[in-house]
Amino acid sequence: MAKRLIELTVNGRPREDAVADHMLLLDYLRQTVGLTGTKEGCDGGECGACTVLIDGEPRLACITLAASCEGRNVETIEGLAIDGRMSRLQQAFHEKLGTQCGFCTPGMIMAAEGLLRRRPSPTEIEIREALSGNLCRCTGYVKIIESVQAAAGD
Amino acid sequence: MNDIVDTATRGHAPAAPAVSRERTVGQRTPLIDGIEKVTGRARYTADLPFGETLVGRILRSPIAHGSIRGIDTTAARAIPGVRAVVTGEDFAAPYGVIPIAQNEWPLARDKVRYRGEPVAAVAAVDEATAEAALAAIVLDIEPLPAYFHAGEARAADAVLLHEKKAGNIEREVDQSFGDVDAGFAAADLVREQTFHYAEVAHGQIELNAAVAAYEPECDRLTTYSVTQVPYYLHLTLARCLGMDGSRIRVVKPFVGGGFGHRVEPLNFEMITALLARAAGGTVKMGLSREECFLTHRGRPETDIRLRLGLKKTGEITAVDCEIVQRGGAYGGYGLVTILYAGALLHALYTVPAVKYRGYRVYTNTPPCGAMRGHGAVDARHAFESLLDIMAGELRLDPFAVRRANLIAPPYRTLNDLQVNSYGIPACLDWVEAASGWKTRRGQLPRGRGLGLACSHYVSGSAKPVHWSGEPHAVINLKLDFDGGITILTGASDIGQGSSTLLAQIVAEVLSLPLARIRVIATDSALTPKDNGSYSSRVSFMVGNAALRAAQEMKRVLVAAAAKRLEVQPDDIEWEGEHCRVSGTDRGLDFAAAVDAALVDSGTLIVKGTWSTPPETQGGKFRGAAVGSTAGFSYAAQVVEVSVDEDTGAVTVERVWVAHDCGFAINPLAVEGQVQGAVWMGMGQALSEETQYHEGLPLRPSMLDYRIPTIVESPPIEVKLVESHDPLGPFGAKEASEGSLHSFAPALTNAICDAIGIRLTELPASPDRVLEAIQARKRKERLRASAGALTQRAPVGG
Repeated sequence: MAKRLIELTVNGRPREDAVADHMLLLDYLRQTVGLTGTKEGCDGGECGACTVLIDGEPRLACITLAASCEGRNVETIEGLAIDGRMSRLQQAFHEKLGTQCGFCTPGMIMAAEGLLRRRPSPTEIEIREALSGNLCRCTGYVKIIESVQAAAGD
Repeated sequence: MNDIVDTATRGHAPAAPAVSRERTVGQRTPLIDGIEKVTGRARYTADLPFGETLVGRILRSPIAHGSIRGIDTTAARAIPGVRAVVTGEDFAAPYGVIPIAQNEWPLARDKVRYRGEPVAAVAAVDEATAEAALAAIVLDIEPLPAYFHAGEARAADAVLLHEKKAGNIEREVDQSFGDVDAGFAAADLVREQTFHYAEVAHGQIELNAAVAAYEPECDRLTTYSVTQVPYYLHLTLARCLGMDGSRIRVVKPFVGGGFGHRVEPLNFEMITALLARAAGGTVKMGLSREECFLTHRGRPETDIRLRLGLKKTGEITAVDCEIVQRGGAYGGYGLVTILYAGALLHALYTVPAVKYRGYRVYTNTPPCGAMRGHGAVDARHAFESLLDIMAGELRLDPFAVRRANLIAPPYRTLNDLQVNSYGIPACLDWVEAASGWKTRRGQLPRGRGLGLACSHYVSGSAKPVHWSGEPHAVINLKLDFDGGITILTGASDIGQGSSTLLAQIVAEVLSLPLARIRVIATDSALTPKDNGSYSSRVSFMVGNAALRAAQEMKRVLVAAAAKRLEVQPDDIEWEGEHCRVSGTDRGLDFAAAVDAALVDSGTLIVKGTWSTPPETQGGKFRGAAVGSTAGFSYAAQVVEVSVDEDTGAVTVERVWVAHDCGFAINPLAVEGQVQGAVWMGMGQALSEETQYHEGLPLRPSMLDYRIPTIVESPPIEVKLVESHDPLGPFGAKEASEGSLHSFAPALTNAICDAIGIRLTELPASPDRVLEAIQARKRKERLRASAGALTQRAPVGG
């Protein structure tokens, strides 16, 4: 399988890696970079657990080719806490129980992060729309909405 | 910290905290492992780093029912990079979670019984090689007649899926309590109704995965898996691989949800371990979403016929019920599921006479099993629906008919279940007031309605699946030189917050801050055996064990402090971070108390155990253990819906739910559990169903299996009712399942209130609702034309 060298930024660090043409961004992050916070919950584009930010926009890493991220800025759940301080969304999801089993949480937080950068004070409807591609099986979403609202209100 | 010992020896009391310590239980407490989850540091099975591993893959049957004539693996074995190929012949024994129903091989042997059943597996150096090896395996399977519904499988001439199971009946239940005929004779109104429920699946977001590391030099196996019950997996690995249990270690890392899918040992776990042993190395197995649906163990397709007798006042006089469950190809938890359906059908209310017949049927579909609300969810829907229908005919308010049948604890139900606390009255009062029922019901615009239902569930099965006579729960506590307390527990935290709850209990008893407590869970090399996270047992049973372990540790610490201070233990006032001699300023801080205790014995390890009292373990009849529990949770909920009569779309506008959890040790987590349970009930009630065509799953993806998204999920307002159960730890009972059962009936009762149509089939998907609306229109048109004919008749005739 053909490989190519890509340059990109992952969580603020410049990287240069050889990736197979068909390698998914999800596998690149988890296997090549070693960032396992980004999760796989389906057979492709169904659940949102692998949501990351590419140039600030929420994207599904399981249906994105790593090679397509040449020159891009990729952010994952591991990049949100700075100097040992959780981001406001991470803090809120922790304190408000926006996470139970935690498996959808990285994707959910990254989708919400994309929303808050775009709309710092979103309405409840905007929150629901922004997270509509992220399935959670534990919470019934009630405390997820409360978490995003709490983070936006900080 | 050195000077603290000095202060103690000088006889000074260490400085007391400025503020008296707050209680730990009853406080809204974020999960102690929550930070790992929100930062991405939490490692689930698929995330574990092992360096180079082999890739495991499973070959699945393309045929729903057939005899295996041969599996040729020669070509697969010859592919470079293939390290192991295994079939059913390589296992030592079949398995099954119920000891008397072990009829499943991890890889099919002799016969295949559903499409997608594992038949062979490979371990290879990479995915492509593993896939190539699967493609090179040649299956020779002679097809047999296959049955996809219970009725076909029960036909007189049907081929049997399993020997000695006549009529393909896995388990038939026939129970009768009280005088049913007299009960119906005494009723003012008797009604009978049939119901049908689609099969549903757990849909936990984490894909199934396992890693097995085998060390051939010393014949040791370590398995990491997504299990809810590591101990069953441990037993089953030993059994299926023919290994001594002491050579096996089972570790449960973070688990991304369970909901019952993972309460049984699952075929891929044993397959991964067998591959690792065959290859003499470490094998990683990750299942696709489609394979997770095939592994299944969900809630079965169910048919219910229910007959109730009621007095004019709403009192239930008799219950007669028949339930048929399509169980799928193997036993699994099946016999427990069909028993639960009967056991919990009527025990929510005072009922004088009950007849229950249940049939668990083998079919050529993926095996069903335990799913949140095990066995009782569909039965609850039928019961609460028929109560509502009959209340309407008797012109009784739905609240009134339920209040006419309340239990006064302590109470023993007809089927010998012990009720020691019963929060239903308070639950009803709250949802009635919060929903504005009295002023709003009947006053809402057309298409909008309110519905009520009640439910209950066990706080752990009073008799565990493996009834060994051991305590139901064991907790070990370790306290060492560092002053940290480690809770060692086999209880599986699968997101419900069990580790947090145990830490809260231990901190509370010892009056210590949570920061001193660490939880090490679910590693068979370190932690005591636990019966696992099923039947909502952990808060009640393991919580009680933790309470006793902490009390024992406190006793040891107080005794050591008393000895150091040269007084009697009764003279010690224990306040956790410091203790003192009553009425004096002499005391020790915690570090000094620990130091005193370690001088006597070195590292402290204490144990707490708990068992259900015999009177809670059910009656003497066959199957009596199922449904028995030391404490029932209770719930009532009101659902508000709007129905679009043009499209059949049902929108849940709001839910008010009151859940009697006895006492909320962690109100934040309990609220989260109740909301999640209600919402999961909503998924089943509105949109979820597995479907098969000739045994081929039609919805094996998260797009086609319609789990509700955040867009269609309603606000869920929760009231925690605290009935303080006499046996629960701090009075606590379960909170994860009881509120699920009442959603679906509250929904269909609300739909009936909204548009006057009674749905007796779930899910209430738009096509079903629209069909019911159109059927009513057809009936109205027929009636109108018949009426016109009748009116014309005298003229014309």
